[in-house]
Formats: sequence, C-alpha cells, structure tokens
Amino acid sequence: MTSPVQTEDTSVPGGNGPDALTKDGAQETKTQEGLSPGQLMWRRFRRDRTGIISACVVIFFFAIALLAPLISKVYGKDPYTLYGQNSLDLLNEFNMPAGSFGGASGSYWFGIEPNLGRDVFTQLLYGMRTSIFTALGATVLIVVVGVLIGLVGGYFGGTIDYWLGRFTDLMLGFPSQLFMIASMPVITAAFVAPDENTPTWLRAGAIIAVVGGLGWMGIARLMRAATLTMREREFVEAAKISGASPWRIIRKELLPNLWSPILVQATLQLPNTVLNVAFLSFVGVGFVEPTPDWGRMFANGADYIQLDPWYMLYPGVAMVIFVVAFNLLGDSVRDAFDPKSGR
Amino acid sequence: MLQFLIRRTFGAFLILVLISAITYFMFFAIPQDPALLACGKNCTPDALAVVHKNLGLDQPVPVQYWHYVVGIVMGRDIQGGHCAAPCLGVSFANGRNVWSTILDRFPLTLSLMVGGAIVFLIVGLGAGMLAAYKKGSLTDKIFSGGSLVLSSLQIYFLGPLVVLALVISTGWLEMPSYTPISENPVAWFSGLVIPWAVMATIFTAQYTRMSRSSMIEQLQEEHVRAARAKGMSAPYVFFRYAWRGSLIPIVTILGIDIGALLGGGIVTEITFNLAGIGRLARDSVIQKDLPMTLGVMLFSSAFILLCNIVVDACYAFIDPRVRLS
Repeated sequence: MTSPVQTEDTSVPGGNGPDALTKDGAQETKTQEGLSPGQLMWRRFRRDRTGIISACVVIFFFAIALLAPLISKVYGKDPYTLYGQNSLDLLNEFNMPAGSFGGASGSYWFGIEPNLGRDVFTQLLYGMRTSIFTALGATVLIVVVGVLIGLVGGYFGGTIDYWLGRFTDLMLGFPSQLFMIASMPVITAAFVAPDENTPTWLRAGAIIAVVGGLGWMGIARLMRAATLTMREREFVEAAKISGASPWRIIRKELLPNLWSPILVQATLQLPNTVLNVAFLSFVGVGFVEPTPDWGRMFANGADYIQLDPWYMLYPGVAMVIFVVAFNLLGDSVRDAFDPKSGR
Repeated sequence: MLQFLIRRTFGAFLILVLISAITYFMFFAIPQDPALLACGKNCTPDALAVVHKNLGLDQPVPVQYWHYVVGIVMGRDIQGGHCAAPCLGVSFANGRNVWSTILDRFPLTLSLMVGGAIVFLIVGLGAGMLAAYKKGSLTDKIFSGGSLVLSSLQIYFLGPLVVLALVISTGWLEMPSYTPISENPVAWFSGLVIPWAVMATIFTAQYTRMSRSSMIEQLQEEHVRAARAKGMSAPYVFFRYAWRGSLIPIVTILGIDIGALLGGGIVTEITFNLAGIGRLARDSVIQKDLPMTLGVMLFSSAFILLCNIVVDACYAFIDPRVRLS
C-alpha cells in the first residue's frame, strides 16, 4: 500500500533543516531506502532535547504508578495504616505532624497526614497510581470513540456525517464539568443498591465512562476534518475502484495515515484527563476513602493549609511537574511527526 | 443579522430541549426512590405515598417530563403552592424554589467568570502580544515558559497556597468572600481579587500562546507589510492593523471556552468556599436532590448557548469579512 505520508517523508530524509542533514548525512545515504515514517519520527524526536527530558519525566511517573506496590514494599509502609495513631510522637497535641516539613523524616519521607497520621509518601504513590491508570483508561475510551465517530462521519459523509455532527454539537453544548459531577452518582446508582457500598472498580469504571463519554468531541472533529481531506486522495479512490469495502478502506488506507494525529492528540489529551479525574475526586464525587487518590489529597490538604501546608505541597508539585512534562512531550511528539507544524 | 439571531436562537432552543430530556430521563432512571429524600428520616410507606403524589412521582416519567416542560413555560402548581413561569420545580431536600435559588446563587458565579475572563484576557493577550513583538528575545522566552508552568498549576493547589501566603501569613489581601456588587462594590472587588487571579492562571497560558502565534501570523500578512512599506511606524501598524486581525481566532476560542470558564468557576467556588452555582450543583448531586441538579444543568446549558450566540454575533463587528450565514 502506498501512503502519501511515507512517500513525502522518505523523499526528505531528516526533514529538519540543513544542519540536521549534514550531521547525519553519511548515515542517511546508507539507510535512506529503509526508513519507515516511524523511524524518521524517532530520529527527529531524538534530536529534540526538551522532548527527551520530558519523555523521561513522564516515563518516570508511569514507572512510579506501575511499581507503587513494589516501592512501598521496599519502603516498608502502606497508604492505609494510621501510623500517627499507633505511635504517639508522630503527631503533636493539635493532631498536626510533629517536626518540620510536615513531619518528614528518614522513615516518613514526605511526612505524615494530619489527624489520621497516614504516610504521605505511599499515599502519593498509590494516589498517582489510581489517577494515572484511571486517566489512561479514560483516554483510551476518548481516543477510540473520537476516532471512530470522526472517521465514520468524515468518510461516509452525507446523512451519517450530518447526524454525527449534530450529535457532537449537542455533546459540546453540555456544560461538561457540571455534567461530569452530576452523572457520577447516576452511573454508580444504576449498578449498586443505595444501602450498599460502591466497589472501587465500579467507581473507576464510572469515572472512565463519565470522563470519556464527555471528552471525545474534540478528537472526533479533528479526525473528521483529517478524513475529509484524505478521502479525496488518489490512493483512496484507487482502493475504492478496486473494490475494497468501506471498512477495509478505513482500516487499511485511512487509519495508517491518521496514526500521527491520533497519537499526538492522545498525548495532549492524557494530562487533561488526569486533571479531570482529579477534579472529580476533589469535588467529592470521584474516588472516596480509603482509596488513595491524587485529587482527593488536594481536598484534604485544603483543610489543613493553615497548619500543615506541606501535606498539599508534595502532591501539588508532583502534579505540576507531571502536567508540564506531558505538555512539553505533546509538543515534541507533534513536532517530530510533523516538522512543518513548527512553533 | 436578525435572521441569523433567529436561526441560532431556534437551534439553541432545540439543543436545550434535547439536553433537558436526556438529563431528565437519565436522572429519573436511578433505581433509588427520589422521594425518600423529601420524606425525611421517619418515613412510613403511607407518608412516602403522599410524598409521591405531591411530587407527581406516581405518574409515568414521560408525563412527569411533560409537566416539567409545561412548568418552565407557563408555571404550575406544585406541592400545594404555585410556582411562577420559569418553574424548575422545588428542591426535594429543603422545599425551596429551584429557580429562585439559582437566581440567588448566579451573580457570584457570573462575577467570577466575568472577572476571571477580564484578568486572563488582559494578561494573556498582553503577554502574548509583547512576546510576539519581541519574538525570539528573552522576554519572549520568559513569557512563553512562564505561561506554560502557570497553566499547569491547578486552582485547587494554587488557591490555598495563595490564601496562605497573601491572607493568612501576611494579611495583604482579604479572605475570599462574596458581597453583592449592588451592596458594596469595594467589598465585592476585594473579596473576589484572589479567586479572579487564581482562576485566570489556568487560562492565561493558553491565551498567551495563542495571541502570540496569531499575532506573528498577522504580522506577515500582506496588508500589514503594505502598511509598513508606505512608511507607517512599527508600533502603529502593530496595534492598528495586526492586532485587530489577531483577535479573530481568539474570539473563536473564547466562545468555546465559556463552558470551561464555567467549569473553572465551579472549582474556584469549591476551593474558596464561595456559594455559587457550582457549589449548588455539587451539593445537590451529593444529596441526590434531583430537581435542583436538573435546574442547575439546564440553567448553565442555556447560559453557555446564549454566550455562544453572542460570541458568534461579535464576529461581525470584529471582522467585517465574516458574513453571518
């Protein structure tokens, strides 16, 4: 199969200006024919120092989220035990952490939670694990739904496109954050009797459904626009004439050419989703105690801000670093895929 | 223009009807009996039946929805009292009229949104234009980098920190609070300064970036270069010619962002403990107070749609090339 992206990219190796060409010139001539778009993208990405650094930071966060149980095992604490209540010297007479920096010490790296006396470090580890994994699920849902609706609408056009477009407009008309808050109890109540406790996995599922269900519109519009331009290209027409089914054209002709915008959008979407998940927990309709959660640490921290600002500082700084790194990574990925987009 | 307004209003109206229907059926599909809340703690089956009848819950949901819509248009009698024209029902939790509760809370949310928008538009557009004017300089880098970090701060993280630093520790500013502007404009302003500033941070960066890139684009336009070529000074061309053109994409995004602005208002209200629409929504959701939740949803949807129409109409004034069709 021929795709315009491949032909364009292989004809301009490196694609990053004259200095890029001269640097890798020798290597380029040797391997010129064998470079796939992915390799070219990787080559451009490797040259972007900001991109590499932010990618490392992002990977670090994901590693922490993935390895939280292992890290806390080595560290020897868990996010549920009320350490402050078991040993009396950890909290002072106001139930605030004793000692400076929120009670940080060799055995409690980020200190102790006020009142309950749980370990902040493991709370943050597991909290990030909850938030990042939930956000990953929601992002996958957003991308899948958005791409599907955008592709189908853009490719088929006509009535289908019209109604899908109106549906997208309708969804955009919702005050999304309000609707997220409002629909959380509805979804959980649909599965759980009012006097029972909602299991955590169901809560996570509800959050994914709510955040995903209200977040796909942007990607759908982008995909529709991209498909519209692609639809008229010769290679799609050639496929059509040779009798390929619409599904095959979408899968084999359109999708391979849309991977780069999809990946870019997914990278830009994930930090937003993390923030939306955290927002729900902050507001009080997301994850509840005792599940450790990033967003809820802010809600708790706000109560103690006057007496123990440290409790909020750790999750806050972690979140700022995460979001900055992810946004920079998103920009770099975009630049790597499409050097013409430029800043 | 008139035709445009009529068509858009009709479209918005259609969307509102759909939103209300979806929300209504969704919320009333909850298996839990909403009357339990209105019935109170010592609820007997008989009392529950009475409450059901009073609230009209003994009828099928489509009929209830019809009564609800009729109530919005013409008012209706509910729970022994009359509820005037835009009747959104009465709260299950405390029996108060939903419409008047929303009207009561809305000025705060509106103050937050408008004030926040003014702050981020001034700061964002100013910084973006300055960065574009001195493209590639240190100022440009500081503004672009600073806005990136600033936008990654969250309202619920930055808010308490700012309160701690500027109110509790130093006493420079006042604790965030709300006084109606008609009562005391000075107190209104000083109570909302911190919420405005904090809320604006999350939007500022986006607008800085956008106004920078759109300004740079405008400066390369033919008419701007022609103006320079005929001898006009750089600042004059910058502000008289390029600036106006660079506003068009920004107004577009502003129209899209009104929903997000409302969302930012919710977080700001909860962070600073201000009783506006967002807090109302949150509290009614947690209490499972259906009429209140529904009322807030409808009201804010209508508000967002109205704002979108206004923004679209504004195009015609900024850019005469745009035909409203």
